[in-house]
Amino acid sequence: MPIRTQGALLLLLPSLLLLAALFLIPIAWFLFGSMQEFATWSELVEEAEAVLFSGGVGRSLVNTGWIGAVVTLLALVIGYPMSYVLSRARGLAFTAILLCIVLPYFTSTIVRTYAWMVLLGRNGLINQILLGLGIVEEPLQLLYNRLGVVIGMTYVLLPYMVLTLYAAMKAVDHRLLQAAEGMGATPAQVFRRVFVPLTMHGVVAGVLITFILAIGFFVTPALMGGPSDVMIAMLIEREVEITQNWPAAAMMTVVLLAVTLTLYAVYSRFAEPGEAAR
Amino acid sequence: MEGAVALEGVTKRYGSETVVSDVSLTIPPGEFFTLLGPSGSGKTTTLSMLAGFVTADAGRVMLNGQDMTHVPPRGRGLGMVFQNYAIFPHLDVAENVAFPLSVKGAPKAEIQARVTEALAMVKLTGFERRYARQLSGGQQQRVALARAIVAHPRVVLMDEPLGALDKNLRYHMQVEIKEISRRLGTTVIYVTHDQEEALTMSDRIAIMNHGRIAQMGPPREVYERPDSTFVAAFLGEANLLVARRDGDRFAGPGGMPIQAGVGRVEAAEGRLFVRPEKVSIAGAGAGAGPNSLPGRVRHASFLGNVVRYEVEVAEGALVLCDAANAAGITLHPPGEAVQLSWRAEDSRLLAA
Repeated sequence: MPIRTQGALLLLLPSLLLLAALFLIPIAWFLFGSMQEFATWSELVEEAEAVLFSGGVGRSLVNTGWIGAVVTLLALVIGYPMSYVLSRARGLAFTAILLCIVLPYFTSTIVRTYAWMVLLGRNGLINQILLGLGIVEEPLQLLYNRLGVVIGMTYVLLPYMVLTLYAAMKAVDHRLLQAAEGMGATPAQVFRRVFVPLTMHGVVAGVLITFILAIGFFVTPALMGGPSDVMIAMLIEREVEITQNWPAAAMMTVVLLAVTLTLYAVYSRFAEPGEAAR
Repeated sequence: MEGAVALEGVTKRYGSETVVSDVSLTIPPGEFFTLLGPSGSGKTTTLSMLAGFVTADAGRVMLNGQDMTHVPPRGRGLGMVFQNYAIFPHLDVAENVAFPLSVKGAPKAEIQARVTEALAMVKLTGFERRYARQLSGGQQQRVALARAIVAHPRVVLMDEPLGALDKNLRYHMQVEIKEISRRLGTTVIYVTHDQEEALTMSDRIAIMNHGRIAQMGPPREVYERPDSTFVAAFLGEANLLVARRDGDRFAGPGGMPIQAGVGRVEAAEGRLFVRPEKVSIAGAGAGAGPNSLPGRVRHASFLGNVVRYEVEVAEGALVLCDAANAAGITLHPPGEAVQLSWRAEDSRLLAA
């Protein structure tokens, strides 16, 4: 065991060094640097209260949580049947579906977001179709509001949800489903009483990972959202780049990081294969 | 006919391969019926057609006197024990056993009573709140059994239920399954590749080979009077000596005249079948005649209750002879000249 651990550490060393150099050290430096602006602890706490409970930041935190939750729920509702089909598909169909899900990964988020803007804009494809068919009288406002943000983010995050669910569904022993059927269960009962419980750990993992990624989103809400759809990552960027209030940015970063790490701890607990059964 | 099962000319093809070919059988209520065969013989597919997981391409599946050929599994009302048990890992023992009742929406009190009864029957009272991963292989097997009988089905299907257990436990469970099925009067259709298990447990055995029933009958009958060399060799040890046509008679190794109990072979060559335990061994020179061969002991293995001799006879053929280790028998050491013989009614002439 010790030898194997040593070997694993050696193999992981390059990525650990990279992570330390590009992420851990800068963020530590950023956080501690910002703290040094305060002479005493009480001053720090006072400022933190002022920043985090100010209207803008508070509203943005609520927005972030709300958008994250809606996007995660949508991704789950769309992703669950998709993953199911994927887990049952064989051969060419499997490759085709997988490609459709994974291919967007290879394109940058910005490009994909702009593509959505082309589709969703006032004169975009969707509005033209709806107008052309006479379904709506006026173009729908699909962009620069909450709806636009949710559509864009759901699309970008869907593959994470689908692939996580797929892994859980692939691990389901199909003999158990057949057994349930043989014992008199209807297809709906097999699904609800056997398949869903057996994939529950995948649902929890998929929800957590999607939510974690969603609350840190920056590009999509910035491009597709309206003025009231400010998410916390956008606010951090604004404090750093425009108002240059680094201590405020640092405090928001700490909140975001803490939430993320907490959720990640829950995630890694659930993602452990040994805990899969229950 | 509650509990009666019948297959009428059932056939199943996968692509160009016919895995079950024109299988017909009739099982009366309460019978313990075994489908025995090597892997790939079609026994599991036959069971799957009874269960409804696989639909027959031709023929009819009859349960309780009704045509069930196109009825889905849930409409067939069968109890089932699956290979590898198929115990739901997310449910505890009581919930697992309750499953066949709860999917039918049975009242809570009834479920409770039936589960308690079924668990008592398999001696698992007190294990209600355990999960499969907290149970031994034998206990999981019992859960599977309790779940199969909890709804009081008239027919229970079992697909190699004891395959994963070690030998001692297997024997134990064989007795228990037999016992429970007899007590409940359930018809059991049992699939196994273990011939000993089939012989111990069954009222009747159907031996399958290449998708067909090679022979069907009570254990003793198929064991002692096989119709083919396949059945003879598959069910335990068998001597199958080359028998050549000599006029209208057949002769064994070294021209030994054959008097076989039964059997008709049209070809020039057949096989003389005799079980090792039906062969008597005596010192050289003891009465030559039909069904009697001189030979020399090549190997003698002492197996405890039995001494197994490998005797080399004419033309280099080997004959197995199991002599019971009864009181006062003489052992024949390797190299000794001996005389083998058997009764005509214990041997059969089979097509090669």
